Amino acid sequence: MYQTTYHRPSSVDEAASLFTKGSDAKYLAGGHTLIPVMKQRLASPSDVIDLGKIKELVGIEPTGDGIMIKAATTHHDVASSETVQKALPALAYLASLIGDPAVRHRGTIGGSLANNDPAADYPAAVLALGATVKTNKRSISADDFFKGLFSTALDDGEIITAVSFPVQAKAGYAKFNHPASRFALTGVFVAKTPAGDVRVAATGASQDGVMRVPAIEAALKANWSAAALDNVKISADGLMNDIHGTSDYRANLIKVMAQRAVTAAG
Amino acid sequence: MGVEGIGASVVRKEDRRFITGKGRYVDDIKLVGMTHAHFIRSPHAHAKIKSIDTSAAMEMPGVVGVLTGQQIVDDKIGNLICGWAITSKDGTGMKMGAWPAMAPETVRFVGQAVAVVIAETKNQARDAAEAVVVNYEELPAVPDIRAAIKPGAPQLHPEAPGNVIYDWTIGDEAATDAAFKSAANIVSLDITNNRLVPNAMEPRAAIAEYNEPEEHFTLYTTSQNPHVARLVLSAFYNIAQEHKLRVVAPDVGGGFGSKIFIYPEEMVALWASKKVGRPVKWTGDRTEAFLTDAHGRDHLTKAEMAFDKDNKVTGLRVKTYANLGGYMSLFSSSVPTYLYATLLSGQYNIPNIFAEVISVYTNTVPVDAYRGAGRPEASFVVERLMETAARQLNVDPAELRKKNFITQFPHQTPVIMAYDIGDFHASLDAAMKAIDYAGFPARQAKAKSEGKLRGLGVSCYIEACGIAPSKAVGSLGAGVGLWESAEVRVNPVGTIEVLTGSHSHGQGHETTFCQLIAERLGVPISQVQIVHGDTDKVQFGMGTYGSRSAAVGLTAILKAMEKVEAKAKKIAAHQLEASENDIVIENGEFKVAGTDKSLALPMVALAAYTAHNLPDGMEPGLKEGAFYDPTNFTFPAGAYICEMEVDAGTGKSTFVNFVAADDFGRLINPMIVEGQVHGGLAQGIGQALLEGAVYDSSGQLVTASFMDYTMPRADDLPSFKLSHTTTLCPGNPLGVKGCGEAGAIGASAAVINAITDAIGNNKLEMPATPDRVWHAIHGNA
Ligand SMILES: Cc1cc2nc3c(=O)[nH]c(=O)nc-3n(C[C@H](O)[C@H](O)[C@H](O)COP(=O)(O)OP(=O)(O)OC[C@H]3O[C@@H](n4cnc5c(N)ncnc54)[C@H](O)[C@@H]3O)c2cc1C
Repeated sequence: MYQTTYHRPSSVDEAASLFTKGSDAKYLAGGHTLIPVMKQRLASPSDVIDLGKIKELVGIEPTGDGIMIKAATTHHDVASSETVQKALPALAYLASLIGDPAVRHRGTIGGSLANNDPAADYPAAVLALGATVKTNKRSISADDFFKGLFSTALDDGEIITAVSFPVQAKAGYAKFNHPASRFALTGVFVAKTPAGDVRVAATGASQDGVMRVPAIEAALKANWSAAALDNVKISADGLMNDIHGTSDYRANLIKVMAQRAVTAAG
Repeated sequence: MGVEGIGASVVRKEDRRFITGKGRYVDDIKLVGMTHAHFIRSPHAHAKIKSIDTSAAMEMPGVVGVLTGQQIVDDKIGNLICGWAITSKDGTGMKMGAWPAMAPETVRFVGQAVAVVIAETKNQARDAAEAVVVNYEELPAVPDIRAAIKPGAPQLHPEAPGNVIYDWTIGDEAATDAAFKSAANIVSLDITNNRLVPNAMEPRAAIAEYNEPEEHFTLYTTSQNPHVARLVLSAFYNIAQEHKLRVVAPDVGGGFGSKIFIYPEEMVALWASKKVGRPVKWTGDRTEAFLTDAHGRDHLTKAEMAFDKDNKVTGLRVKTYANLGGYMSLFSSSVPTYLYATLLSGQYNIPNIFAEVISVYTNTVPVDAYRGAGRPEASFVVERLMETAARQLNVDPAELRKKNFITQFPHQTPVIMAYDIGDFHASLDAAMKAIDYAGFPARQAKAKSEGKLRGLGVSCYIEACGIAPSKAVGSLGAGVGLWESAEVRVNPVGTIEVLTGSHSHGQGHETTFCQLIAERLGVPISQVQIVHGDTDKVQFGMGTYGSRSAAVGLTAILKAMEKVEAKAKKIAAHQLEASENDIVIENGEFKVAGTDKSLALPMVALAAYTAHNLPDGMEPGLKEGAFYDPTNFTFPAGAYICEMEVDAGTGKSTFVNFVAADDFGRLINPMIVEGQVHGGLAQGIGQALLEGAVYDSSGQLVTASFMDYTMPRADDLPSFKLSHTTTLCPGNPLGVKGCGEAGAIGASAAVINAITDAIGNNKLEMPATPDRVWHAIHGNA
């Protein structure tokens, strides 16, 4: 690790102003992505600004039509929250599958979304549930937030403060673990809104990060059942291809995981 | 057996310090004035070094020295050696290329050291390393065996034309060919034995200290065999004379073979400590472990088995290419030859065997012994062939094996080994019973009705352990003898120290070795201390590998113990005015049989040291040493059966059951044996399902971290069902065979046999990842 200056602001505003003062500042939440990269000397921020201790960034609240999870809330707190388990059990389940207990007690939803790892779990839920990402400047819809591999709509220095999720008629997540990293080799989140709209998002599969899967959305809109996907064909074009999964294998996983997610959603 | 004697599951003495974080590993050691080394490593798999500019680094804060490969050559430090000479079929010796501890001219694998920075702190060394400018001219790389043997392939070493190190054969080729000509059936397989990264929990580390007025070096290092390290460093590397070098291997956090070898970093630390006049410490990180620890396995094999009309095996023909990496590591040459091809008879009566092994250089990190070393590769070949044959001949796989088992002992195989004892029927029967073999077809049918693919796989392994009789290995090319030495010291107050050349790095010697003393003298193990891992304390030793610590190391202790007992009995007889032959040892007392006269061990010990009243002519003191050289290898063997269920939708395999029935001879501590089997099985299953080192076409290691290299985790493994069938080893007085490698040797074939059975496709490579299994089920559509 290179030398850096560590800050512990107590408000979002203070964090944002510290950011502008640093020559190459970085926010720190759970540190489960940033710290390993710093240890390997692949990142050398001048200033590290810890968001994890800012009270207004932690917690889960019910809203009129859903729930709001504040950015520095850990995966463990989401997985074990009664509010989430009641309103969106599939989201609590997704959080319970992230990494291992140590990771879940440190890693945060805000950090995961800001990082937008192409194999991370949360992006699938945020995109399929049509969630809204709130920042210290604005609200960004899920469809506008994810911009490809490790990139998002966030401006330099912009802080995610919370994510709000609308409740659904049905929702389910099925994840196939990457054998080594245990991120998603492919994970699929399926959701049906009270109005009957269907949104399906896959993570871990595409070369461009999390994506919607229109063919599956159409089939499920017509008939919400696993069997409805039997004859859907997923193209391997643009899917990742590596030693752990070829692109045709991942195309298969998109379909199979979607079927299992539908079954789980009931 | 007493409560702490042989056969008791005594809780491990050493665990208190390990589980409370109080172990003392190399990295825990801090010397006064210690500096820190950071190596500059090649980012290229194959390149010429055009220039190295260290001037900017020298000016960086805290830098004590920057040293390069050219300097180590200029100082006449010897090249690394391979200590086992293999002769090719044409009678020529093996073609060993030069391996300097840091590359002066050419780099041959990613991660090879070219220079080192020594600084006051680790971070300063790292900072300065970034200021060292190395100019490379990239050369075309040879990333694997197929690339190495292609005509016109880039050449790694001028000494080895065609990148071939040796082309070696064993067995009778003409007789084997004849057996195939007259065969009723022939079964053949192409097998890839995947390359593995050992990944001991503790990365390698070294601290070197030079005492200038004494011209004496001390090296603290992560070694499985500190005396061998000292011998090699002094005899071949010209760093220090043996009596001017102390090597200490304190607590070592796992080795699995990878810490047998002497590595460049230890050599450089020693050499540098003299050059900079300060102690030098290097602790590798996990990336360095992936890039520079010797890897394991990596074979390409074509294997064929001939059967007569009664399904008896009449011949086995094997051709194997072995990847030894960019340089020949210390014992690399012996692994795919004498530790592999000599085990190709498996548990079977095979009259004719012929094997050819061609070892090649590639632009990858050196490959050497890793848990099992050659024997897992051999067992995999034989057991995959057997299972394949059963399917092809349409007979039950267990029956086919039983029909061909060796049942008469001793048994001379056509490939050197003379099996001393075993009962292969007993272990297979025990495993079949444990898994309810007879009930499998019903379970399979039920699974099928639920849309699941279920399969069963058998693996009957044998290994040659306790390596080995020195005379035998000497005649086969080994550069060292493979005996073990021990000293038993009874102190004047009756407590006991046992000095052993075996090294414990997870095996539990501090407990099992004490159990022998408890058994013999009837004293509690708390009165016994095991001393190991320091060349200044222990007389000599060959170290720990090849499941040899009990069969060879503990037998050496027994031999020393017998001498101690004989002398103690003389002293007791003298003091008790009895005949030496009437003295018996019970519960720490020397008793005159049939009387109530006795003398406690401390009194005998005290008498030995006060020497006021000893038999005439007897030397004072009570300590004895022994060297023990075994008369044969030992042959642990067993049967593993695995039941697997495969999810056709994802290709994921899940264990339904895994049973192991092993014959390790006498068990010293069944609990420790169980732990050893669990660990071995985890590594064997890891090879079958999860682990595989992959280099890309340019020679970059793709699997250079745990994000891409799949280490087995607890939830990847089933709850093993273990049992033992026992034939006592006739080759040593304890009757022990060894248990450290068995699991890693036998497990992988059982797993692959089960999955291929489940999916009905025999073409499946390790690691059998879900992706590969899914493709094997569905094709490449
Ligand atoms: C061993 C291991 C296993 C893992 N397994 C999984 C898995 O299975 N699935 C999965 O999805 N993830 C997994 N992760 C990732 C982990 O769950 C975290 O989600 C991830 O590391 C990022 O969250 P963090 O809070 O640790 O962020 P940090 O590492 O602190 O930050 C990550 C990035 O986000 C930025 N950032 C953080 N918070 C904010 C904010 N509020 N606003 C703007 N920018 C911000 C930081 O500046 C940094 O660039 C794993 C991580 C590890 C170490």
